[in-house]
Amino acid sequence: MAKNDVKLLGAWPSPYVLRARVALNIKSVKYEFLEETMAPKSELLLQSNPVYKKIPVLIHGDKPICESQVIVQYIDEAWTSGPSILPSDPCDRAIHRFWAVYLDETWFPTMKSLLVVQAEERKPLMDQLSEGIVLLEEAFGKCSKGKAFFGGDGIGFLDIVFGCFLGWLRVSEKITGLKLLDEAKTPKLVKWAESFCADAAVKGIMPETDKLLEFARVLAAKRREAPPKN
Amino acid sequence: MGEEVVLFGTRGSPYTCRIEIALKLKGVQYKYIDEDLANKSPSLLKYNPVHKKVPVLVHNGKPVLESLVILEYIDETWQGYPILPEDPYERATARFWAKFIDEKCFPAIFKSCWGEEKEREKAVEEVSVVLKILEDELKEKKFFGGENVGLVDIVAVVIGFSLGVYEEAARVELLNKEKLPRLCNWIDDFLSNSFIKESLPPRDKLIAYLRNRFRSGNASK
Repeated sequence: MAKNDVKLLGAWPSPYVLRARVALNIKSVKYEFLEETMAPKSELLLQSNPVYKKIPVLIHGDKPICESQVIVQYIDEAWTSGPSILPSDPCDRAIHRFWAVYLDETWFPTMKSLLVVQAEERKPLMDQLSEGIVLLEEAFGKCSKGKAFFGGDGIGFLDIVFGCFLGWLRVSEKITGLKLLDEAKTPKLVKWAESFCADAAVKGIMPETDKLLEFARVLAAKRREAPPKN
Repeated sequence: MGEEVVLFGTRGSPYTCRIEIALKLKGVQYKYIDEDLANKSPSLLKYNPVHKKVPVLVHNGKPVLESLVILEYIDETWQGYPILPEDPYERATARFWAKFIDEKCFPAIFKSCWGEEKEREKAVEEVSVVLKILEDELKEKKFFGGENVGLVDIVAVVIGFSLGVYEEAARVELLNKEKLPRLCNWIDDFLSNSFIKESLPPRDKLIAYLRNRFRSGNASK
């Protein structure tokens, strides 16, 4: 398939965009990465995602696919040669999807709040995150069945959904001085994080923590100058 | 070998309703357990310790959680009626709209009827915007799934049924027949489907319940 058959609209700091890139790498799909500045948003972005106007957007041929978890599942189903991303058993698939929903609707929003609240408001959020990470450690034990990833021998859906946030997770740890992944409390996840970041599909595209930290600082400064808008 | 399928839910919840619709479309025999959310059963707490919420589908002792996840599980486990289409792009499209309905439509519908007074006007406007988006997405199709009810239609029970019930219970107008003719036709077709009709809770009881729960004093959650 010609390289320009697959385009990905994205931006380097976005963990959601990273999900799509990891999935495409797992399937060895060649694609054109179109970096969005987001201010202003490109015509192509506005046309291909008129509902949300957000990245990532995968454009396959002339068909746009939006929402990172939808994109990853699309990639898994559209390119059938190469390793599977979702597990084959419906029960296992449901478990991956359940934790993916938990991460995107509960855990990550709390982690993102951590980056914007005042220092004195952090403790209750950290407590919630710590409780959540213990659940994820247990889930890892059950899903991996002794192997390196939630998906078993290779990176699977839940690895992608969770793993692509590791850069921002480390930024949160640096900013707050508090550990989310801890050798003592979450030894399996600590090991998993190393394996994920070292994987061929991830290495080279996972943004460096220091670059993300700088990006977060610039963003925070901009927020302080301008009134927050949604 | 017998197969055991149990659904924990609450009558009146559109999230529970979706699962019943899907199970009936697939012809799956199941046992329904109605949960009192003020007094959750030990079984529910065992099967969903993280969120302690309904619906929960238990298949041969294994729990499946989160309504959209359950719908996909049902489609993958039982053959027969297809809930999701086969084509990957159409599947992605269905998943996108299912998520849109859950994230953008239902919260706005709920808030416009039962939210804090100062939030309601803004929510009514939001409902108008999101319903128009769905109107445009429906295009010339009978259902969001095409000729037949599919994932998006099932998820859209919040529009096909809950919306009308909330409008009546809260005495708020959200559906404008002139502005949303296709959506109104879709609602008629949706409510005519026999499997859907069988899965809907009794309307009057639900209206009475909603008025009692949300209109006596402040809306408490």
